[in-house]
Amino acid sequence: MSEESFDMHYVARLARLNLTEEEHVTMGSQVEQILGYIKQLQSVEIDETIQPTAHPIPMSNVTRPDAVTASLDQAKALENAPLQANGLFMVPKIVE
Amino acid sequence: MDYEAVIGLETHVQLKTLSKMWCGCANQYGAEPNTQVCPVCLGMPGVLPVPNEQALRLTALTGYLLHCELPRHVQFDRKNYFYPDVAKNYQLTQLAYPSTVNGHVDFEMQGESKRVRITRAHLEEDVGKSFHFDRQSGVDFNRGGVPLLEIVSEPDITSADMAHAYLNALKDILVYGKISDCDMEKGMVRCDVNVSVRPKGSQTLGAKVEIKNMNSFSGVRRALQYEIPRQLEAISRGESIVQETRRWDDVANMTESMRTKEDAHDYRYFPCPDLVPFEPSDNWFETVREGLVELPMDRKKRFMEQYQLPENDAEVFISDVPLGDYFEKVASHGGNPKALANWVINNLRAQLVEPEVSLDSLRFEPAALVELVELVDTGKISSKIAQSVFTDMFTSGKAPAAIVAEKGLVQVSDTGAIEQFCDQAIEANPGPAEDYRQGKDAALNFLKGQVMKLSRGKANPALVGKVLDQKLRP
Repeated sequence: MSEESFDMHYVARLARLNLTEEEHVTMGSQVEQILGYIKQLQSVEIDETIQPTAHPIPMSNVTRPDAVTASLDQAKALENAPLQANGLFMVPKIVE
Repeated sequence: MDYEAVIGLETHVQLKTLSKMWCGCANQYGAEPNTQVCPVCLGMPGVLPVPNEQALRLTALTGYLLHCELPRHVQFDRKNYFYPDVAKNYQLTQLAYPSTVNGHVDFEMQGESKRVRITRAHLEEDVGKSFHFDRQSGVDFNRGGVPLLEIVSEPDITSADMAHAYLNALKDILVYGKISDCDMEKGMVRCDVNVSVRPKGSQTLGAKVEIKNMNSFSGVRRALQYEIPRQLEAISRGESIVQETRRWDDVANMTESMRTKEDAHDYRYFPCPDLVPFEPSDNWFETVREGLVELPMDRKKRFMEQYQLPENDAEVFISDVPLGDYFEKVASHGGNPKALANWVINNLRAQLVEPEVSLDSLRFEPAALVELVELVDTGKISSKIAQSVFTDMFTSGKAPAAIVAEKGLVQVSDTGAIEQFCDQAIEANPGPAEDYRQGKDAALNFLKGQVMKLSRGKANPALVGKVLDQKLRP
């Protein structure tokens, strides 16, 4: 993302962050610094021998066998729910 | 100007695993809400998802069955969005390094062979199921984290019927490979449809309309039967098509625009730091290939060639695999395959609708059907008697020849005996006999029926017809 297209208000809205105008300014300049660093990285000349890094740990193929283990019981699962009914997590009405 | 439709489908299919994608909660439909959930699939902070190897296997197997390339480096990305059906605020999916790419599905439609190219089939996770009430919505996370395969087609589909045929072919393949049960009633298959129209022969794509979340193949067909003419009409009025997402209303039988926020599709994908890449070995791929099965199209062709079966019969054995396998068991004992197929399809299948009857619990041996067909083919019993012999062997498990001998069902082909029955029938029914003499051919069938009755079904029907004819029109 180039600096010109960077829009702190848009990014904050996507991340559901309710920032004050002051915070917008502060965070906006901080994120800009990060983007500047990325830009510096992008200027490094690399060839196809360098593969994108997926993970900082050189590790692959971690899987588990397909076996069923115990789940939480319903009351426990819903314990943190602000609102529940009929075994469901109740949320503000979803409008598509 | 002539226009054509350009259709691509994104088909989501739940994989047939025992447990979920990242945790050991059961992947089983129909449980009480939120009873198959744990901190991992509820998106609690601090949990670590671990991929289900069987889901990766089934995905790779799908790749083989769809003639895809299977990359050696696979990884998962986070697709970020806020919606109550996804508790951790992102869905795990494979964006940059999917498990399979570049394949195709071949199928037949109205006797013509068709091919739809597959862009990719990648592994992701299903989300929770929401229920809508007056003022609130409720979420059940039992489905959240169930392994979900997204099969993306190239825009190679040109009609509503072709979309329907493609989906059925895809479903057959997935059921064959035991990759998914594809039970529509249980929401195991869902489909997003992309459709646009363009002047015939043009290479550029028109503005595409997406119809989301279709849960039946016939729904996809109906939606396209509505949407394609809608776009064509708009163009003929000189309007342009707006790129948008529309919803299919199955009751009103039309699509309607869904107003979505402009930035709703900025998913900010990035590699999931909780999951390491998957780089399967040759050996791993080899073990996946052990699950390869004969594809429906190949099976159909083989049934038609190897057993000389008509297309309709072969199709029955494709849609009902266990029945087809049973037929092969029967046919391995020799005999006339077409006649055997008739018995399996018409008689046996009719019995299998009873809940207590299954192919594994049949009382008679597969070879008994061969014996039954031989009894008919050699004229020992009539085909009508054969029906009652079948019922008998079905309930008692006795061999057909034994039943025939025991009940004295051997067909009467002795002309003397048949002549006697014919004389009786003519005498008792002078009207129809006279009709036949006068040239009314249909009267013969009535008389034949009378003779069969007198012989209690045992007379050879062909012979009866011949004898009656000789007697009445010498």
